[in-house]
Amino acid sequence: MTTGFRLIPAGEGHALLRRLGLVLAVSLLVGALVWALGRGQASGWRALVAALVYSLSISVLTWAAIDPMRFMLRGLLRAQPPGYWPPPGRAALLCGLGIAAGYVLGTLAGDAWSGRSTLALLQTDQQRFLGVLALSLAVSFGWLTYFLERGRREALQRTARDARLSLLQSQLEPHMLFNTLANLRALIGADPRRAQQMLDHLIGFLRATLAASRNAEHALGEEFDRLRDYLALMQVRMGPRLQVQLDLSAELAAVAVPPLLLQPLVENAIRHGLEPKPQGGRVEVGARAEAGRLLLRVQDTGVGLTRQAAGTSGFGLVQVRERLAVRYGATARLALEAVPHPAGGTLATISLPLDAPAP
Amino acid sequence: MTTALIAEDEPLLADELQSELARLWPDLRVVARAGTGEQAVEQALRLRPDLCFLDIRMPGASGLQAAQCLAEDWPDGAPFPLLVFVTAYDQYAVQAFDAQAVDYLVKPVQPARLERCLRRLRERLAARAATPPPEAALAQLRALLAAAEAPLQPLPPLRIVQAQQGALIHLVPIDEVIYFEAADKYVRVVTAQRELLVRTALRELVARLDPQAFWQVHRGIVVQARYIATALRDDSGKVRLTLRGRPETLVASRLYAQLFRGL
Repeated sequence: MTTGFRLIPAGEGHALLRRLGLVLAVSLLVGALVWALGRGQASGWRALVAALVYSLSISVLTWAAIDPMRFMLRGLLRAQPPGYWPPPGRAALLCGLGIAAGYVLGTLAGDAWSGRSTLALLQTDQQRFLGVLALSLAVSFGWLTYFLERGRREALQRTARDARLSLLQSQLEPHMLFNTLANLRALIGADPRRAQQMLDHLIGFLRATLAASRNAEHALGEEFDRLRDYLALMQVRMGPRLQVQLDLSAELAAVAVPPLLLQPLVENAIRHGLEPKPQGGRVEVGARAEAGRLLLRVQDTGVGLTRQAAGTSGFGLVQVRERLAVRYGATARLALEAVPHPAGGTLATISLPLDAPAP
Repeated sequence: MTTALIAEDEPLLADELQSELARLWPDLRVVARAGTGEQAVEQALRLRPDLCFLDIRMPGASGLQAAQCLAEDWPDGAPFPLLVFVTAYDQYAVQAFDAQAVDYLVKPVQPARLERCLRRLRERLAARAATPPPEAALAQLRALLAAAEAPLQPLPPLRIVQAQQGALIHLVPIDEVIYFEAADKYVRVVTAQRELLVRTALRELVARLDPQAFWQVHRGIVVQARYIATALRDDSGKVRLTLRGRPETLVASRLYAQLFRGL
């Protein structure tokens, strides 16, 4: 390894400092609040400063024991990017220990500053001690839920953004794009009429690609129209080696689906199924409703699953699975299976709930 | 008269290249068109064109693999064709080569670029030696093949080869394997005592072997170097290998003959 190990992974330092700033600001507010509520016992600026010192040291030490620690001990904690939150058991352990350590060390730091003894308070004024303890713990848990929730939301947004970006990237795959343009260039001279049609399909394809990176949904009928554009482009390129069949009933045409959800599956069918096969073959895309679920099917008569799985097709499938998870959670599925002889080839099926609430 | 072969699976692009060639080089005769790598090899070996335009991504064998077959199987005494790779997207960094031995074109092919390529081809045709393929061309081809066949992620090294024979599975430690040889859809695993068949592609095996220990000497043969006893180079550039522990000899192709140089 030449890169070396970084205590804090690249790109995370900034967000870490931002969170520290937030912790500092809120802990000063909490300290002031504690002082304001406890004015009966002690007043004056010395008491205010003491309250601020307690609050600040407990907050910052608790934060330090949890937030930077999960990066520094990410190997031990199995904290993975993005987000770097450890799996639940380890996260609970980290937070529990972090809060305990932060409380004890922070209280000792406060005691050292003010010359008081919180431990002695346990004997003289149990009620006050418990009050301070409860307040500290409540603030810690408040922080914890806030950061956890925010981390979860950010991770989800990041996944959605990554999915859109990788969709855009795969759609504008340079081989596809430049081969298409090369065919278009050839047709302009040989058959201007067909060149125009091909250009129209390319325009539809590109427009849909850009729209898909912005919109969360479109109608299934629209999805099939875009597949038609793509397949028409591929038919110009592959000639008689590519046959196509699309089946969509009128009543399903209005169902909303994530845009270009089927596109990577159709692309895989062609790229890994039919393109490597000298005689080519057939792609069928179909949709049907069954028991409240929408079943989408992409089947090819290509070289089959083993070669396909060995290639880079994993990329497209991961992307489809991620997009399904972002949109439908655990209620949607993507399955890939080999089609038995004599037809051969691969069948990809997506199953998702028909009554999913709008995103 | 100069002859050419066009290997391109997309019919419109093959037509276009052929008509551009007709326009820019009226004397050039396109003697064959191929839609797969295998067809390209078969027709090139039969018709022995002077030029081969090879699309890199084709059904079946790729343009690079076709070039590999040609370099290995080209008959002695016939001038090796000049190769031009055609690709829509230059993922193998073909342009990193100076195009002295192997040229390339990027689709859509720009007429000015094609003209420059053809001018170079004419010059080099005039200066072309009779045989065998020049080492510069072989070196470029080796580098391209290595780039194209490198796995995306490093694979776990192979330590034990498992070969099924009926209901019986043989386990062969990798150290005992003298060589692997591609045989149709199988790979022959040869040790001092026996030969076994595993159902896989040689390329997939190679990706999991230590390149220091196992040397590819032909597109279909990978030998464990420590079992090679002697290497003898012949006039055509091929190298005959004798082995420790096996009576048969193996032939290293021209493409890989540079492995054996002596000190």
